[in-house]
Amino acid sequence: MFKIVHAAFIAPGIKRFVVEAPRVARKQKPGQFVILRLYEQGERIPLTIERSDPERGTINIVVQSAGKTTHLLNSFETGDRILDVVGPLGKPSEIQNFGTVVVMGGGVGTAMAYPTAAALKKAGNRVIAIVGARNKELVILEREMGEVSDTLMITTDDGSYAEKGFVTDKLRQLIQNGTRIDLVLAVGPIPMMKAVADVTRKEHIHTVVSLNPIMIDGTGMCGGCRVLIDSKSEFACVDGPEFDAHRVNFEVLVQRNAMYREAERRSMAEFQQEIEAKRQTVRQELEQLCGMNGSRRDAGATVEGRRDAGAAVECRPDVDATVGGLR
Amino acid sequence: MTPVKTPSANPLAMKERMKVPRQHMPEQLAQIRATNFTEVNLGYPAELARQEALRCLECAKPACTDRCPVGVKVKEFVQLIVAGDFLGAAAKIREDNVLPAITGRVCPQEDHCEGGCLMGKKVQSLGIGYLERFVADYEQQHLDIKNIKRAAATRKKVAIVGSGPSGLTAAGDLVQKGHQVHVFEALHEIGGVLVYGIPEFRLPKQIIREQVDYMRAMGVEFETDVVVGRTVTIDELLDEEGYDAVFIGTGAGLPQFMGIAGEHLNGVYSANEFLTRINLMHAYEFPRYDEPMVELAGKNVAVIGGGNTALDAIRSALRLGAGKAYVLYRRSEAEMPARAEEVKHAKQEGIDFQVLTAPVEFLSNGQGWLKAARCVRMELGEPDASGRRRPLPIAGSEFELPLSVAIMAIGTSANPIVQSTTPGLETSKRGYINANPETQRTSRKGVFAGGDIVTGSATVILAMGAGRRAAKSIHDYLSTGAW
Repeated sequence: MFKIVHAAFIAPGIKRFVVEAPRVARKQKPGQFVILRLYEQGERIPLTIERSDPERGTINIVVQSAGKTTHLLNSFETGDRILDVVGPLGKPSEIQNFGTVVVMGGGVGTAMAYPTAAALKKAGNRVIAIVGARNKELVILEREMGEVSDTLMITTDDGSYAEKGFVTDKLRQLIQNGTRIDLVLAVGPIPMMKAVADVTRKEHIHTVVSLNPIMIDGTGMCGGCRVLIDSKSEFACVDGPEFDAHRVNFEVLVQRNAMYREAERRSMAEFQQEIEAKRQTVRQELEQLCGMNGSRRDAGATVEGRRDAGAAVECRPDVDATVGGLR
Repeated sequence: MTPVKTPSANPLAMKERMKVPRQHMPEQLAQIRATNFTEVNLGYPAELARQEALRCLECAKPACTDRCPVGVKVKEFVQLIVAGDFLGAAAKIREDNVLPAITGRVCPQEDHCEGGCLMGKKVQSLGIGYLERFVADYEQQHLDIKNIKRAAATRKKVAIVGSGPSGLTAAGDLVQKGHQVHVFEALHEIGGVLVYGIPEFRLPKQIIREQVDYMRAMGVEFETDVVVGRTVTIDELLDEEGYDAVFIGTGAGLPQFMGIAGEHLNGVYSANEFLTRINLMHAYEFPRYDEPMVELAGKNVAVIGGGNTALDAIRSALRLGAGKAYVLYRRSEAEMPARAEEVKHAKQEGIDFQVLTAPVEFLSNGQGWLKAARCVRMELGEPDASGRRRPLPIAGSEFELPLSVAIMAIGTSANPIVQSTTPGLETSKRGYINANPETQRTSRKGVFAGGDIVTGSATVILAMGAGRRAAKSIHDYLSTGAW
């Protein structure tokens, strides 16, 4: 069991957890990830490690609500526990003084890019960070990325903050301005990483992307995370997660990541129904209690106190918020 | 009291024993079991077990024991069954085999004990596996594990990396010598391939849990969610965590693929992934469990390969409702490495064996999903390096087999994690750990290895044999300090 010592939303639907995992914290290097399983019937999902604190024995993970497991996890609070956390997994990022490095984070991918940016900065690189998000509220780790880069650029798809456009627009500008770029690291949604690869391929700029295929064990056993690299199968959990962007077959990655879409939708729908059913029961119970309170105040108070505790556990405000947000 | 050589309690003369037929293992009806994940074999009741035990010829030089990778004293435990001392029989097996309920179910007995049985040469071999399973299950029901005696502590600490058959065996043997044994497991459940690889209908998870509980009662410590090499290195175990010796039993690694066109299509699985989803993650209980599996109901499914893993995968697919379930194997049935009983069971359940057949290409439905396999028929040529006759494609024999799911069960390669993070640990060209076949010692002092990570894909019992040799050798090393 792994205790959550702190949990807080850092953007709508994106939550940061500080989790007690001393062994992982001691070994974590930039570019690595963990796999976790929330409860006995849960699936194993890979998640970004944003940073770790070896002294306190904690790791930070940043989670965006997407399917059932991430929605459920994002309803967890400080003091809750996670059944399994295993890691750090994957090969660490290659850190050396390349010269000028552009680190690009798209959406929640910024959390994965951040520790590598920090390590590259420490290794003496000039770090240009480009962070992109759909809108102002979804820009994450702005301050942190600012601290570990020489230049920080931000784009939003809708222009609600900083510059309107995509991270690739900024990258193209840099190239057009004649900025010498020795390495590009891009972590984000697949279309973003593919777009970055397309831009840099023409310019022959070495580009690394961190891939997020479907994964089960993460230890080099099941082979579920295989990706096509130069038309050869490689495995993200032991050969990656970082790969040369110009060798990655992104179409196959998109196709394979869609393999369980129907099942994922079904899981999520049933989970929402469960919450909705619970909400109805709780609402009815509370309404009944209101009626009882009117006639027998003392007895009502006792019952109310007990029932309320139950309601708080089963129907937290943030569960409502995330589910509402998904609709 | 002077020890007396156990006299045989068997009332039958040799000739009479030969006349007793091999007792049939009660099993679920094929049509019924093909739709559920509960165990196929139901186990002998005590009466059948005694009847079967009476068939033992009590050879002076029993080949059964010689051919057992862990050296189970078959004749002696069978005599104890005849005498009605079932717990004694279990204890007798446990002297050499700490996982009898597991080997009784999954060992390829025809290649080992039963293959050596003299009765087999005359009529039908003794049902040694069935008897082993019977006494192990009897022990589980009748022995209170709280009463298990622990050996006197030696104050030596041994780390076991991986909780599969080799690791569990080494752990069991070492704890009986009084060493402090700590087992690290990468996954969230103990058992390695026994848990993620072998399906419920062949080896129920409950059996593994019981065997593991037994080992806990013996004093073995278990820690899940630790990927040695990543979470902690071998050197850290030795230098910082105070272990005196380490045994590496990390097992089979990444699945191999054929390298043919279309293997990346959705619907093409490795057997490891397919089985892990079902066994470890309970995808067959979706959506009660969260892990999904592609819809198999009414679909055509094929496994490529002829080993136990292949049969486990395709029989699981059948239980998930596959309309047609094929085994595509490039050699003939005689070369098939799967256990004889599994082939028999699979046929009874309606699996369609297409032997001397191999896919050459997987075809897409145009939307990224598998639609069919283009296959070719084979014939057998001269023997190859494995000693088996090499399969050769027959020109002009190609045909298309409509398929929604194809499962690749053609072997695995070495998992690189421990090797790549342990300086000085020598490996073979193919990446397996080099270990002395008798002592299981590696190139690193105090580090031993065994099982699939040394030999490549093999069987549960061969891995257990390696675990057993390693335990003996680790004990010698810890006792003498000599390397």
